Amino acid sequence: MADVTLMKTPAETALVQAFESARTALPGQAESRAQAFEKFAERGLPHRRVEEFKYTDLRAAFREVAPFAGIPSADEAKAALAGAKALSGVAALQVPFVNGHFVREAVDFHNLPENIEIVPLREALANGHDWLAHLSPIPWASENPVYQLNTSFMADGVMIRVAGPVAAPVHLRFVTAAASAVATATRILVVVEEGASVTLLETHESTDGANHQPNDVVELIAGDRTNVQHVRVNAEGDKALALSTLAAKVGGEAVFNSINVVAGAATSRHQVFALLTGENTNLRVNGATMLKGTQHGDSTLVVEHGAPHCESRELFKTVVDGEATGVFQGKIIVPHHAQKTDGRMMSAALLLEEGCAMNNKPELEIFADDVQCAHGATCGQLDEDLLFYLMARGLPKKEAESLLVQAFLGEALEFVENEAVREALVGTVEGWLKARA
Amino acid sequence: MLEIKNLVVQIEDKRILNGLNLTVNKGEVAAIMGPNGSGKSTLSYVIAGKEDYEVLDGEILLDGQNLLEMEPDQRAAAGVFLAFQYPLEIPGVASMTFLKAAMNAQRKARGEDELTTPDFIKRVNAAAAQLEINKDMLKRALNVGFSGGEKKRMEILQMALLQPSFCILDETDSGLDIDALRIVSEGVNALRSPDRSFLVITHYQRLLNHIVPDTVHVMHAGRIVKTGGKELALELEANGYADYRESEAA
Repeated sequence: MADVTLMKTPAETALVQAFESARTALPGQAESRAQAFEKFAERGLPHRRVEEFKYTDLRAAFREVAPFAGIPSADEAKAALAGAKALSGVAALQVPFVNGHFVREAVDFHNLPENIEIVPLREALANGHDWLAHLSPIPWASENPVYQLNTSFMADGVMIRVAGPVAAPVHLRFVTAAASAVATATRILVVVEEGASVTLLETHESTDGANHQPNDVVELIAGDRTNVQHVRVNAEGDKALALSTLAAKVGGEAVFNSINVVAGAATSRHQVFALLTGENTNLRVNGATMLKGTQHGDSTLVVEHGAPHCESRELFKTVVDGEATGVFQGKIIVPHHAQKTDGRMMSAALLLEEGCAMNNKPELEIFADDVQCAHGATCGQLDEDLLFYLMARGLPKKEAESLLVQAFLGEALEFVENEAVREALVGTVEGWLKARA
Repeated sequence: MLEIKNLVVQIEDKRILNGLNLTVNKGEVAAIMGPNGSGKSTLSYVIAGKEDYEVLDGEILLDGQNLLEMEPDQRAAAGVFLAFQYPLEIPGVASMTFLKAAMNAQRKARGEDELTTPDFIKRVNAAAAQLEINKDMLKRALNVGFSGGEKKRMEILQMALLQPSFCILDETDSGLDIDALRIVSEGVNALRSPDRSFLVITHYQRLLNHIVPDTVHVMHAGRIVKTGGKELALELEANGYADYRESEAA
């Protein structure tokens, strides 16, 4: 007999009601929405007895469910975007979202850069579109409750097709400007065709003081010989409960680099599901997380080497201050046929105060017999000898600490090739350290 | 002028300095020699302000200021500089970034304006050339992958840029070949001035051929047991420290 858990918490009941009342109004995909929600409802919000959510109990985190945000007026959207700061100094094609809804007026569809096409997802879902077949590229992602919720409620987003090299970065800018708490569910689909290349920037900002509940999914299908650079910045407001998923399917002889920089939200969980489907591909997934106060930041990662001769590098750096809690869960899967896989995963945490915590769970699941895989996890404090050395040269203690923290996080940022982006990320780290001092 | 009076220091219940007295006058180069374990490095760390040591008694005054009441960075701003026996590697911190942060921190502590970037680079280039430090070294992370000689030259570069009034050289000669010893010594000699004092800690007389001291102190069991002129170093080189060990036993 199936073990069915009845929905119990007020938040779970509210989600059922929200889905029931929204399902007819949500654009298209009625069947897959219903399926996804049914799967979600079977188990409800994941809690600490669910292994993948042991360290991030969403049943406890969701005390109540915020109403889903409506489409902002043109003026509201304009005002919200005017106040956006994340990576604002970087020259890029702006693809903005306000309160989870694509701001199409901000994109000049007739003068898009070469090799790029953008289709608003809302219309595509409502009216049908060929590219929708690319949605949900990672089969096992649909078992994930956070992903299921996004599939159930996804209301807006864009689909982007990259047909060749795109010169300027594409900046997916998410701003939630509502004064009271709202929930959002956006879906981005990026299809990068064989031999094409693109830099994707993704920033998330929201107003402080409101319990916003964004749940964003970015899906990437990168063909053979593609090169995709992805930089994500979580600069959410101080009360936000921010859930996000990157689902990437990458072909052969390709390069995909992704980094998530966490500087915001009360509770955040970023999930990366990556599947390598062709040989000789290089994957890098990095994280740089800064937590203070009572923040909780979770980085969850599953990389499947679905083809032989691929290399993956995962480097997650977490700085934890105050009474904050960091989580890293990473898993590399190497099936029987993925011989000559070279995978290295490392999570390092720096604990700055007595009361903070870090949970590290690196895993390897290897079925092939001719591979090189390694994982490591460290938790430590700032090196007293290094601090003394810097102070003996005249740096006050806080400044010495900042320099060492910057150096620690810097290793995760090094691979970012776009100098303006890397400098902006270093600026984010400096800003965080200044606020601390 | 540095004055140390009756300094008693222990680490993890082990007494290292036992009522040490020492005066180094302005412009003086004082050498401290002594066998392993006599407390030479402890003395240098205690003057610079390392936390691990417990000062049970005594005082250290630099130009009348009580160093023991100050944090290491305040001591640096007051003019103390310790050239480490083993300079630390700091991955991820470029040498130039570090030098600028250190110089500006001290200027700020003294109420001076921060250096402009061109002014900073000009100063570094001038000091680096004299110590045969190339641009490539300055671009790398501080001391990471540096040879023993390169690390010591980097210490002297910092000394030259920070212009301290009281410099401690803790076994700066260890790990140096003859050429590196010459470069480092010339760097130090160039900094000798009537306003600057040096405390040169070494095991061997070799360094003192290059950096000729005004006074030589012999340290044993946490105390200065003999003081003399530069000829005392030659005497020690000939006879070793046996005399002092015996006097302790007797």
